[in-house]
Amino acid sequence: MTDAALLSLEANKAAGPAPAVVAARGVSLVFEGGGHRVTALAGVDLTIAAGDFVSLIGPSGCGKTTLLRAIADLERPSSGELLVNGMTPSEARKRRSYGYVFQAPALYPWRSVVRNVMLPLEIMGVPRAERLARARHYLDLVGLREFTHKFPWQLSGGMQQRVSIARALAFEPKLLLMDEPFGALDEITRDRLNLHLHELWRRTATTVVFVTHSISEAVFLSTRIVVMSARPGRIVEIIDNDLPVSRDLGLRETPAFLAVARRVREALRAGHSYD
Amino acid sequence: MKRAPLYWATLGLIAATLARWLMSADKIGATLAAALIAVFALFRAMVGFARAEGWFARLATPVIFGLLLLWLWEMLVIGFAVPFVLLPPPSAIARAFANHLALLAQDFAQTYLHAVIAGYALGCGAGFLVALAIDRSPFLKHGLLPMGNMISAMPIVGIAPIMVMWFGFDWPSKAAVVVVMTFFPMLVNTTAGLAEAGTIETDLMRTYAASYGTTLLKLRLPAALPHIFTALKLNSTLALIGAVVAEFFGTPILGMGFRISTEAAKMNLDLVWATITVAALAGSLSFGALALLERLITFWHPSFRGSS
Amino acid sequence: MRRPSERDGATWPVIVVILALIGVWYVGAILLNGPQVREQAAEDASFRDFVVQTWSMERPVLPAPHQIAAELAQSLFTHSVTSPRNLLYHAWVTVSAALAGLGIALALGLLLAVGIVHIRVLDRSLMPWVIASQTVPVLAIAPMVVVVLGNLGITGLLPKAAISGYLAFFPITVGMVKGLRAPDPLQIDLLRTYDARPWQILSLLRFPASLGFLFPSLRVAMTLALVGAIVAELPTGAQAGLGARLLAGSYYGQTIQIWAALFMAAVTSMLGLAAVSLTEALVAQRRGGRL
Repeated sequence: MTDAALLSLEANKAAGPAPAVVAARGVSLVFEGGGHRVTALAGVDLTIAAGDFVSLIGPSGCGKTTLLRAIADLERPSSGELLVNGMTPSEARKRRSYGYVFQAPALYPWRSVVRNVMLPLEIMGVPRAERLARARHYLDLVGLREFTHKFPWQLSGGMQQRVSIARALAFEPKLLLMDEPFGALDEITRDRLNLHLHELWRRTATTVVFVTHSISEAVFLSTRIVVMSARPGRIVEIIDNDLPVSRDLGLRETPAFLAVARRVREALRAGHSYD
Repeated sequence: MKRAPLYWATLGLIAATLARWLMSADKIGATLAAALIAVFALFRAMVGFARAEGWFARLATPVIFGLLLLWLWEMLVIGFAVPFVLLPPPSAIARAFANHLALLAQDFAQTYLHAVIAGYALGCGAGFLVALAIDRSPFLKHGLLPMGNMISAMPIVGIAPIMVMWFGFDWPSKAAVVVVMTFFPMLVNTTAGLAEAGTIETDLMRTYAASYGTTLLKLRLPAALPHIFTALKLNSTLALIGAVVAEFFGTPILGMGFRISTEAAKMNLDLVWATITVAALAGSLSFGALALLERLITFWHPSFRGSS
Repeated sequence: MRRPSERDGATWPVIVVILALIGVWYVGAILLNGPQVREQAAEDASFRDFVVQTWSMERPVLPAPHQIAAELAQSLFTHSVTSPRNLLYHAWVTVSAALAGLGIALALGLLLAVGIVHIRVLDRSLMPWVIASQTVPVLAIAPMVVVVLGNLGITGLLPKAAISGYLAFFPITVGMVKGLRAPDPLQIDLLRTYDARPWQILSLLRFPASLGFLFPSLRVAMTLALVGAIVAELPTGAQAGLGARLLAGSYYGQTIQIWAALFMAAVTSMLGLAAVSLTEALVAQRRGGRL
């Protein structure tokens, strides 16, 4: 198995500072409506390099989902500078630079599994034969080859979410944005999918921004962990995860893992997340 | 499957036929005996089927009930010599059906094939297109939808005399009534359906930088289909009612509504019932066909997945 | 960046649409009445005269809104309420038949719904027919019912009430059956742990839970009852009632009369629906505002 991620990260270190995939400087976002002003993000500074797996973690209301949506051009910052691949998020979106995975699978029930994965390819005008080949390839990658012609409601929650990931990867974006994709699943399924996602990342060398509530999930998956806190939404600390790039589930009991988890917890406490 | 209800049903049907035959042979005592056996057996059959499961049992109960009613109708009307001008027996209606087949067919063509089909297609089509047209304007939606709901609740059939004045006595004026009756339910339901697409699914389309048209075609219209079918089914009933009732207001010498109102005045109740039967069949078959189409096309909707 | 709420300012667009509709109506009157006016008009009539003429014809193809309003005013305010020249009298004739029918339908529908929910044979044998009958143009029966009952010497309100009741019966029954079956099986299980009898489950749980389904069905039933009463007035050339007025207007070519009667019918049905909604609001109030 090619460790594309490992190679990519090493190449980054060797080549020196490369153009950031995501560059945020002083990004603020204020929601106005119904007489209320909610500061979802206050002065966020963040740089994400190619090949990074960055987790955004924090309590409810800390702005992690808002930040993700701002990168995706689903929300617009009120102030500050936000660049994706050196362009505005709007331009990046129009160039289809990223894949988005939501908290719910959001599959279309009138389409079979394979046609769901082909949806973005259809919209982007990829010819039929290639669409089918690519969809089949990514369904295979997420381990759902036997379910190609089933319908979403015939699959379990975890399987549906895997289809959603295959769909996000189908047009091979360099950037993957994931909003608590495994939040609705039970712990055992979650562990399996975490491992799966980790291996996928290593094979495809995609840059991933991953929003989560779970400390162990963040530590297991990421190369960097961004701890945020609420009221107003801001970054408390960015923790570099020095664990080896090649990981399996057994890693989670090692002292090194627990040390990183402890740092994350302390950062959360510092941000008053437990108050 | 338990056999008992089936045997009771067979016994009941045989006894019922026997009773009818005995009645026309004037054997009162035997008739009564056979009738009692028939009623008892058919009731046992119904109760038995009602307790059973499976598609056959589910179908059998209402069918037996319907047959029982028809038979009772026949027996009581003939047995008590109810005047023909009050209530003709089913056998007389069947005879009228056979005798006037050509006439009934012509009426059917005039009312259903012309007025209903044309009006339905135009009304539903217009409602759908207008819903698409106002889709991008919340202002127009807020203005038109309350009115649409209001008008759907009014006795629209009343515009029939005005349509006659504008479009003449023949079927176009009836079609016009149908158009007005079917337009608003289609408009309201299509708009409601277009709002069904979830926020997440719509956001997904945005991340693909999909155009308005692509989002409409690939997401919002398929998601709207359940609501659209609700309107299509409702409109099939409304269209038939509209066309028939519009003919009560005046029509050339043809049409189901015309036939019903004039033959009722002439006391030819058997022909009236025959026409009503044609109308009932047309209505239920149209609805059934649409329901079948709905099942084929929106097979994915939770209501068809037997989740309850 | 939040989108503004969908319900903000729903009244303004409605007003604009209504005004636009009235405007289109006036233009339509000009277009539709034009040919007739042109035939009768003098050769040198100015455009302004022409337009005014199209809006004040005696038997227009499309009466202008103010003509209809004038006819309504004349009918409602210059005659006593009990006179057959007053549209209110006709409206009352129709409404009383519809209400009577609605009452019968409500009583029978409730009774049948309770029976269907509790007795399996009734459910399996009757319910499919109740549902199927909604696809049948029941209104087509109206002339026959009126004629037959007339032969039996039953005229006036009763045949109309019969037809209205028959039409209203089906949505009420279907709605009530759905409503009585609406409670979660968990709720029914809870009552069973209290050893509650079926009639107690009915009165304590099923019936209150069904009100949310009853009122939408009542709205549909009210509309159908009114239509039924109007249509029932057509076959025998009845003298009173909104349907009779519609028919009379169409026989004698009195267009404005037809439109006035139509308008009255529309207002009546709106008032009927408002009455149902008001009742619903009153009932809901005693339950915290929502059914």
